[in-house]
Amino acid sequence: MNSENAIEVEHLYFSYGNTVVLEDVSFEIKKGDFCVIIGPNGGGKTTLLKLILGILKPDKGKIRVFGKPPHLVKHKIGYLPQYTDFNLSFPISVMDVVLMGRLNKKGLGKKFDDEDIRKVEEILKRLGIWEYRYAHVGRLSGGQRQRVFIARALATDPEILFLDEPTAGVDPEYETGIYEILKELNKRITIVVVTHDIGFISRYAKSIACVNRRLVFHEEGQITKEMLEMAYECPIDLIAHGIPHRVLPEHKE
Amino acid sequence: MWAALQFEFMRNAILAGIIIGILCGIVGTLVVVNRLVFMTGGVAHSAYGGVGLGIYLGFSPFVGATIFSILNSIIMGIFTIKDRRRADTVIGVLWAIGMALGIIFVDLSHGYASDLMSYLFGSIIGVSKKEIYLSAIFTLFTIFWISFFYKEILAISYDEEFAYIMGVPVTFLYFSILILTAISVIIAMRMVGLILVIALMSIPPYIAEVFTYSLSQMMVLSSLLSIFFTISGLWLSYKFNVSSGACIILVSGLGFLISYLLRVFVRK
Repeated sequence: MNSENAIEVEHLYFSYGNTVVLEDVSFEIKKGDFCVIIGPNGGGKTTLLKLILGILKPDKGKIRVFGKPPHLVKHKIGYLPQYTDFNLSFPISVMDVVLMGRLNKKGLGKKFDDEDIRKVEEILKRLGIWEYRYAHVGRLSGGQRQRVFIARALATDPEILFLDEPTAGVDPEYETGIYEILKELNKRITIVVVTHDIGFISRYAKSIACVNRRLVFHEEGQITKEMLEMAYECPIDLIAHGIPHRVLPEHKE
Repeated sequence: MWAALQFEFMRNAILAGIIIGILCGIVGTLVVVNRLVFMTGGVAHSAYGGVGLGIYLGFSPFVGATIFSILNSIIMGIFTIKDRRRADTVIGVLWAIGMALGIIFVDLSHGYASDLMSYLFGSIIGVSKKEIYLSAIFTLFTIFWISFFYKEILAISYDEEFAYIMGVPVTFLYFSILILTAISVIIAMRMVGLILVIALMSIPPYIAEVFTYSLSQMMVLSSLLSIFFTISGLWLSYKFNVSSGACIILVSGLGFLISYLLRVFVRK
C-alpha cells in the first residue's frame, strides 16, 4: 500500500447477472488528484463509482480507499449521486437535504445542533444558495438543485469527493461555475468526477480514466484521440477551436 | 350527527377513526415517499391467508392476519432491498397466494364464517374498547419510533445510497418501516377492510405531498386529512345506512380528485 494513493483498485470484476459490466479493472488515484472518469453511457462509469463507494460489492478484485475497504472509510467520503435519481415531488427543504451530509457526525437518534447548522450555513453561502434554504428542493432550477447536492456532499467534510455527472441538468452558464468550485476544493481534497460530457472537463482534469468495460488510466489530464476511440469504440475527430472544446464523432452509415 | 353520538358504538367508532387516521397519516406518508404502495397492497391482501387460517384452526383471525402480514412484509422486504426491479413480481405472487390460501382455508372450515365480510370490508361500528386501546398504544409507539429515528428515516426515504454512505443502518430502518406498515395495515383493516386499506394509507399522503415542505409536515397534514375523511365517511354511512369502509374511501377519493383539480388549475 502506497500512502500517497487515495484509491487503489486491483483486478476488479463486476457483472449484473450475465452482463459483464467491468472486467479486470486496475488503477490508482493519488491524493490531491482531480480524476475524470469518462466513457460511453452503459460503459460502467457509475457502476465503478458505486463499487468504490461500497454501495455495490465486486465479484472479484480488491478496492482500497485510503488503504482500507470502502465501508471503513465512509466518514472521509463525499458523494454527489446522479441527478436523475431524485424524486422531485418529495417534500424536503434545501436545509434538510444539506443537513443529511452531517449524518455521519451524529449518532443514531441525536438531533442536529447549532454547529451542524453553522457548517451548513457556511457552505450554502459559499455556493450562493443560502437565500433558498427554506425552498422546496424539487422546485428549484436544475443548476440550483445541483449546487444543493454539492453542498450536501461538502457538508460531510470529505477528504475525497465523488461526483456522478455534476453538470447534468445544469444550464451551460452554471457549468463553469460548478467546475470552478471543484477546482477550488481540489486544493485541499481529492476529486473524482464521472461524466460522459468531455467538453469542459479537460481544462480541470489532472488525470483521466476511460471506462468501457475495461479501463485505461492516463496520468496526464489530456484527452487523446486514442483514448476516445477506446472509450467509444468508433473513430472520432477531435475539434478544438475555441472554448469549450468540442468533440464530435464521425458520422457513418 | 349529535344524535348518533348518544350510541356508545358510534363514539367508539369516532375515537377509533381519529386514532387510525393519525396512524395511517404517519405510516402512509412513509409508504408513499418510499414507493411502497404496491407492497402495502400486497401485504394487506395476503393477510387474508392469515384470516382464513385463524378461522380454520379456530384462533383469532386478527392474530392470523397480523402474523401473515408481518411475515409477508419481511419476505417482500428481502426481495425489494436486493433488487427493486424484480420486486413487483414477487409482491404480485405473494398477494395472490395469500388470498388463495385464505379462500381455501375458509372453504375447509365447517360452519358459516359469519363475519368474513368485516375483514374484507371493515366494520368500524363493531370496534371494541380493547381494540381502541391497542391501536392507541401502537400509534404512540409509532410516533415515538419515527421521531427518534426521524433524521435517519428521512435520509433513507429520500436517498438510500447516500444514507448508506453516511453510515445510517439502512436495512434495519427499512425493515422497521415495513413492520410498522404491516401492523398498521391490520389495525386499519378493522376500519375499512383489507381490500380498501391501501386507499386509506395512500390517498391522504398523495394529497398532502403537494402542499408540504417537509416529511413531518406531510405526516401531520396526512393525519388531519385521514381523520377528516374517516369521520365524514362515517357520518355519511350512518346517514344513508351504507357500508362505512366504502364511504370513507369514496370521500377520500373525492378529496383526491378535488386536490388534483386544484393543483392543475392553480398551477396554470
